[in-house]
Amino acid sequence: MTGLILLAVYIAIFAVSMVIVAWATKRFFTRADFTSLKTVTFGDESAVKANRAASVISVLAIFALWVAFTNSSLPLFKAKGPFEGIVEFTYTSTLPDGRSDDATVSILVYPEDVQLTEDANGAPGKIPNKPDVDLGEGFAKNDTLVIPRYGSKLISVFQNDEFKKSDGAIVTHLNGQALTPGEQIILSEGRLALTEKGTPFFEPSTGFRMARLYLPAPEVTTNRFLQLNREGYRNFTLLEHTWASLQRVLLGFIFGALVGIPLGYAMGLTNWARGWFDPIVEFMRPVPPLALIPLMIIWFGIGETSKVILLFLAALWIMAIAARSGVSGVAIAKVHAAYSLGAKKSQILRKVIIPNSLPEIFTGARVAMGVCWGTVVAAELVAAEKGLGMMIMVAAKFQLTDIVIVGIILIGVIGFAIDIGIRKLEGWLVPWKGKV
Amino acid sequence: MSGLLIDNISMRFDLPNGGSVQALKNVTLDIKSGELLSVLGPSGCGKTTLLNIVAGFLAPTEGQVVVNDHAVKGPGPERGMVFQQGALFEWMTVRENVSFGPDMKKMPRQDSMKIVDRLLEVVGLQDFKDKAVYELSGGMQQRVALARCLANEPDVILMDEPLGALDALTREKMQSLVLDLWKETGKTIILITHSVEEALLLGERLLVMAPRPGRIHKEYRLPFAEMGVGADLRAVKKHPDYAKTREEILAMIWEMEEEIMGRTEESA
Ligand SMILES: Nc1ncnc2c1ncn2[C@@H]1O[C@H](COP(=O)(O)OP(=O)(O)OP(=O)(O)O)[C@@H](O)[C@H]1O
Ligand SMILES: [Mg+2]
Repeated sequence: MTGLILLAVYIAIFAVSMVIVAWATKRFFTRADFTSLKTVTFGDESAVKANRAASVISVLAIFALWVAFTNSSLPLFKAKGPFEGIVEFTYTSTLPDGRSDDATVSILVYPEDVQLTEDANGAPGKIPNKPDVDLGEGFAKNDTLVIPRYGSKLISVFQNDEFKKSDGAIVTHLNGQALTPGEQIILSEGRLALTEKGTPFFEPSTGFRMARLYLPAPEVTTNRFLQLNREGYRNFTLLEHTWASLQRVLLGFIFGALVGIPLGYAMGLTNWARGWFDPIVEFMRPVPPLALIPLMIIWFGIGETSKVILLFLAALWIMAIAARSGVSGVAIAKVHAAYSLGAKKSQILRKVIIPNSLPEIFTGARVAMGVCWGTVVAAELVAAEKGLGMMIMVAAKFQLTDIVIVGIILIGVIGFAIDIGIRKLEGWLVPWKGKV
Repeated sequence: MSGLLIDNISMRFDLPNGGSVQALKNVTLDIKSGELLSVLGPSGCGKTTLLNIVAGFLAPTEGQVVVNDHAVKGPGPERGMVFQQGALFEWMTVRENVSFGPDMKKMPRQDSMKIVDRLLEVVGLQDFKDKAVYELSGGMQQRVALARCLANEPDVILMDEPLGALDALTREKMQSLVLDLWKETGKTIILITHSVEEALLLGERLLVMAPRPGRIHKEYRLPFAEMGVGADLRAVKKHPDYAKTREEILAMIWEMEEEIMGRTEESA
C-alpha cells in the first residue's frame, strides 16, 4: 500500500516538475545553442542531453520522499505518521447471568525505536511505564498497557477482573458498540477488534511512514554514518572497511588486466593462442563470478587470497575479450599503412595495435570494475573480517538497517566514482574516441 | 632505379562455399621509373587486388612482382601506399603521423622534423602540425596521408582511390597537388580511380581493366598529365583530345558494365 502511494507520488513529481521546468525554461531562457535550434530531437540521439535540472530534482525528490515516508524529524512535508500517545476505550464484560460492567483500557503507544534514540543527556531512551489508572468500580477493572508503534497486542482484560473467562465472562461491547468475535472497529488511533476467541485486540494505526527497522530516516542514517566514522564497526573504522573492499577490487582488477590484456592481444594476433584460449574464455565468460565463490573458499580459504583471486578471475575474461576485440577492431588499412611505412611487427604492436585497442580496453575496464565491485561485496557477504559487504551483512543480522543503508550508499557512491574516474582517464588517454 | 615489373600475375580467391573467383588473369605490366600510371575499370575488375599484390599485402597465385630487381615478398618501405581514407593514426598528431616512416627507421629527431616541416609545407598544412588528425577535414587528412607516404621516400607510390571520398572542389585541388608532387619528386605512381576524368588527368599512361577475369583491356599514352603540371586543370579539360578520349573510355566501361549486368541477370 505504502509502496503504491510512493510510486504514485514519485510519478507525479516526475510529471509535474517536467511541466514546470519546461515552462520556466521557455519563459526565462532564450534558446541559444545549436542543439536547441534543432527541430527534430525525438529520435536524434545526439540531440538528447541530460537535463541537469531534472537530475537535481530527481535526487531532491528521492530525498524528499525519504523524509516524507519515514519518521524523520526534518521539517519537510510528511506523510501521515503512525499513531503515538494514549488511546482509551471501554469494554463491556457480560456474565452468563446477564450482569454486565464497563471498564476502561488505557494504552500508551510509544516510538518503537525509543531504545535506539538518545535523550538530551545522551542516555538511551527507555520503554515508558504503563499509564497510571485506578482499578475503578464494578467487577470489571480498568486496564493499562503499552504498545510500540507498528506493533499490536492481545489485551487480556480479564486478568484483573473479578470474573474471568473461566467464570463465563465474555466481552460483548467495545467502546459501547456491540461486537461478536471476529468483528472490528476502526478508530482514528488504530484498529480495535475482537478475535475469534473473544479477546480484544488493538493495533495502533501505522500511517504511511515506514518503521525505522525498514527504512531509517535520513538524519538517523547520517548520524550513523558519522558515528561509524568516529567509532568504526566491528573493530574497523568505516574507512578501513571501505579501503578493504576497494583494495581487493583494485588488486583483482590490476592482476586481471595485467594477464587478461596480453592474453586478449595474443588471441587477436596469433592462430594458436586464439585456438588455445577460445574454449577457455568462451566457457568462463558466462560463469558468473558469484558462482565461483564457494570453489574459491574451498580452494583458498576465506582470507584475502581467495577474494583477490575471485576478482582476478572476474576481471580476467572481461579484459581478455576487450583486448581481443580491440585488436580485431583495427582497420586493416592502418596495419597495411604501417607495414608499408617500414614498421616491424613489434612496432605495429606498439604503435598501431595497442593504441587502436585502447577505447575497447577502457570500455572493458569499466565493465570489469563494475563487475569486480559487485562481486567483492557479494564475496564479503559470504565471509570476511572487514569490508563494506561484511559490514552490511553483519548489520543486517542485528537489524541495524541504518548501517545497511550507509553501506549501500557508500557502495553506490564509490562504484559511481570509479566509473567517472575511468571515464576521465579515458577522455585524457583516448581523446579520439567516437570522433572517427 | 629500375622501375616495377608485374610479371604475368594471376590471382584466384577460393571461396568458402568451394567455388573460386578469378580476380586477375595473366596481367603483365612493365612500369618505368618515374611513370605516372592510372588504372581504371568497372567495379570488381581486380584493381584493388592488383594494387595489394604490388604492395605485398597479397601473394599472387601465379607470377611475381619485381621492384628494383627484387621479387616482392611482402610490404616494404620502397612501396608507399595512400588509402582512400581511415588509414591515418588518430592517436598521433599530424606531425607524428607524417614522421611515422622516419621514426620506424629510428631517424634522429631533428632530421625527421626537417622532413616533416618541408612536406607539411608542400601539402599546405604547416599550421596544423600539432593538431589531432580527427580535427582535420577529409581533404586535409588525405594531404596528411600523402605527406606521410612521401616522408618515407618510397620509390613507388600506390594509391587506391585516394581522392574518392572528397568533394569535387577539394578533389581538383588534390589532383593538382598530386601532379606537382609527381613532377617535383619524380616518383613512380600507380593510381587507381573510379573517375574517368581523374584517370585522364593523372595518367601519363592509362590502363583500362576488364572484369571476369580481371585483365588489362586497353592501354593509352596521354599528354594531359604533362600539360597539367603547374597549370589550370580546367584548361586541360578543354583540350579537344581530352573530351574525345573521355567519351571513348566512358563508352568502353559502360559497355563492360552492361555486360556484367546482363550476365548477372542471366545467371539469376
Ligand atoms: N578476399 C577476397 N576473397 C574473395 N574474393 C575476393 C577477395 N578480394 C576480392 N575478391 C574478389 O575479387 C574481385 C576483384 O576485387 P577488387 O576488390 O580487386 O575489385 P576492384 O576493381 O578494386 O573493385 P572496386 O572498384 O569496387 O574497388 C571481385 O570479384 C571480388 O569479389
Ligand atoms: Mg577497389
